[in-house]
Amino acid sequence: MRPDSEDDLAAMIRAASGPLRVTGGGTRSRPAAGEVLDLRGLAGITLYEPEALTLIARAGTPLAEVEAALAAEGQMLAFEPDPRPGSTIGGVAATNASGPRRLSAGACRDAMLGVRFVTGTGEIVRNGGRVMKNVTGYDLVKLLAGSRGTLGAITEVALKTAPIPPVRVTLRLDGLDDARTMAAMMAALSGPYDVTGAGRLPEGGVVLRLEGLPGSVESRAKALSAALKPYGHAEIVQGDADFATLRDFAMAAQGPLWRIVLRPSQAEAMLAQLPGRHAVDWGGALIWAEAPPDWHPALRPGARASRVIGAPAMLPEPDAVTARLTAGLRAKFDPRGIFGGQA
Amino acid sequence: MQMPAPDAGVIARRDAIAARLSAALADPAAVITDPTETRAYECDALSAYRCPPLMVVLPSTTREVSAVLRICHEENVPVVPRGAGTSLAGGSMPTSDAVIIGLARMNAILEISAEDRLVRVQTGRTNLSVTGAVEGQGFFYAPDPSSQLACAIGGNIAMNSGGAHCLKYGVTTNNLLGATVVLMDGSVVELGGPMGEGAGLDLLGVICGSEGQLGIVTEATLRILPKPAGARPVLVAFDSPVTAGACVAAIIRSGILPVAIEFMDRPCIAATEDFCGAGYPDCEALLIIEVEGTAPEIEEQLTLIREIAEGFALLEFRESGSDEESRRIWLGRKSAFGAMGVISDYMCLDGTVPVSRLPDTLAGIGDLAAKAGLRVANVFHAGDGNMHPLILYDANKPGDLERCEALGAEILRLCVEVGGCLTGEHGVGVEKRELMGSQYAPADLEAQMAVKDVFDPGWLLNAAKVFPLAVSEARRGARRGQDAA
Repeated sequence: MRPDSEDDLAAMIRAASGPLRVTGGGTRSRPAAGEVLDLRGLAGITLYEPEALTLIARAGTPLAEVEAALAAEGQMLAFEPDPRPGSTIGGVAATNASGPRRLSAGACRDAMLGVRFVTGTGEIVRNGGRVMKNVTGYDLVKLLAGSRGTLGAITEVALKTAPIPPVRVTLRLDGLDDARTMAAMMAALSGPYDVTGAGRLPEGGVVLRLEGLPGSVESRAKALSAALKPYGHAEIVQGDADFATLRDFAMAAQGPLWRIVLRPSQAEAMLAQLPGRHAVDWGGALIWAEAPPDWHPALRPGARASRVIGAPAMLPEPDAVTARLTAGLRAKFDPRGIFGGQA
Repeated sequence: MQMPAPDAGVIARRDAIAARLSAALADPAAVITDPTETRAYECDALSAYRCPPLMVVLPSTTREVSAVLRICHEENVPVVPRGAGTSLAGGSMPTSDAVIIGLARMNAILEISAEDRLVRVQTGRTNLSVTGAVEGQGFFYAPDPSSQLACAIGGNIAMNSGGAHCLKYGVTTNNLLGATVVLMDGSVVELGGPMGEGAGLDLLGVICGSEGQLGIVTEATLRILPKPAGARPVLVAFDSPVTAGACVAAIIRSGILPVAIEFMDRPCIAATEDFCGAGYPDCEALLIIEVEGTAPEIEEQLTLIREIAEGFALLEFRESGSDEESRRIWLGRKSAFGAMGVISDYMCLDGTVPVSRLPDTLAGIGDLAAKAGLRVANVFHAGDGNMHPLILYDANKPGDLERCEALGAEILRLCVEVGGCLTGEHGVGVEKRELMGSQYAPADLEAQMAVKDVFDPGWLLNAAKVFPLAVSEARRGARRGQDAA
């Protein structure tokens, strides 16, 4: 099924009896049963005001179209979603897809100002709005961000945009072991350098990104290089191509892939147990790890891991109260359980 | 202010309920029933509306909050959570059958991790003292509501508080990584996690800003940031508020992101001059723009801002050359609310509009005020469109408060019409509850109430807030065994 309007979509959901699988470009979906409900017919940017840093687009609008419209005005999505070919903005929102700049600029959910969605009973609901600050009523925008279509089919998203910084440089340190990798990132992130990306490439090499006005970037790069002296000579590279490598790691992965979110202070111990190719992002708070199907990470308290390519797995299991609340919300927004299996 | 009729049955059982609560707490004196003492809790910063609570409980731990809520749940007693009582929207205003759970004793720092750039606190801790605990290590907590000396983190989370510097650093929800939440039935749940990510749905995101209606947050993990190398404000004076508003949009459009852009108009400037003598220029409107960084970085940004501002018929561009000059530039802005209070009673609104609509919204507010025959002063966070029109009135003049409230409602409807919202950072509380229908359709409110149904099925927790009373009546009535139809 492929609705052409929000009303169409609501009617289709009301009429549906079996499970539905809400999709956009299908680039971030997990395997699930159900009839495909393709939202790519709900497309188009409905409002873009660069001077208000605001863009509103229907869910089926290709991410590439959004990025192109923004780039034409010198703006971008600060949360840096990976540009999977065919990906839609609704899919980005429904999976809270967020790249390396999440470290400083926040996730997709932090840039989402408003949503429209259709619940499992076919109700059209609007929440949030298009302004930067809004505490009017509950923040269902956050609830829908990353909900993977389990509470409703997102039909429209209002996003906060950001100026493209005029200058970008990458500071690169090579030859550091795990302990010194983490110590170098911590030094960079604890000082007044305004680092907008911090990670370690799959081939090794700690990368730190600085962005902004030319004079500012130059002076911060100098100060940061000096602060990193104990870790070796930081090579300063123009641009930030290394961060595209980090951002796109999951797209390029071979075989089963784990996404591990943890405290940076837990990263060194985690890195020591990884069985294969991996990358570090978010200053050590995100680790991507390729691993054989029978491998599971041993997690310290608070850390979370999910296998995003291969047999789905999530560690640890949600606690009883979280599970009860989640089930309760799903029962309210989708009482017939037609938004089946994407949890 | 209409509030639901209190439950006489609960009031009649007051002493028995107090005895059960005292028995559950390590310090029996943490339960307060003496009417002279509970009077201190009859209102928050929306002091026009008051009602002493049934009793006040001041627990010291998450475990005690859990025990208190479990008992209140069993006894079917309404509960109103309270941080420091600085809500401008009546978020912690009680009813006479309600138990207030105050967080005042829960102010411990539980953990500081420079390595993970976070601090974990009990939520009775004041906002400013969080920064106080981490600044020795070179960090700060970014959200800075103007009440930050007094307001509690728990209240900040309930209202998703903002502040002057959120243009760059975001509001509470963007700086909250985790929370320990006690639900109305006493169950305790840890939400969030590293980078704020929890298991599955973003329950932390929906708790933040839910005005204490879904659970009581007892502990919070907050993101801390390295202190910037320096900061410097400039003051830019204009001959019209509309020009100042247009200049804000041009600065945002240029790609420079100052940490703060604050706006004041003539009535507000005049009042603050009389109050604190900050030495502001004689002008129709001014902007205070603050940028951060090292000295050369600050210069670079200010040069660009000056170039933009010069395109808008500016009267003066006053750069701070010292800490003392910076202090004086901020002095009038920081004194604005106090200064207005000296010359008049006022009501402070909190609507947000798209930055692109600032000039015509300012003009529209002027028209509405003239029509109503009331004066309005404007002082607000212009960079993110979060307006704070102050409507001046005379509380001793019969009918003036009502005229003021009617004008306030019209201004907020104007904010919604131009694409904005009723409240940007103060919250809905009781104050704007009845206006919710101007921003949200019935289905939108129903979806929000469905969330409360899940977290607090009995609608015991702060239930007479946020939603228009008529809209939430069936759910609240069901608690009392009334006809829910």
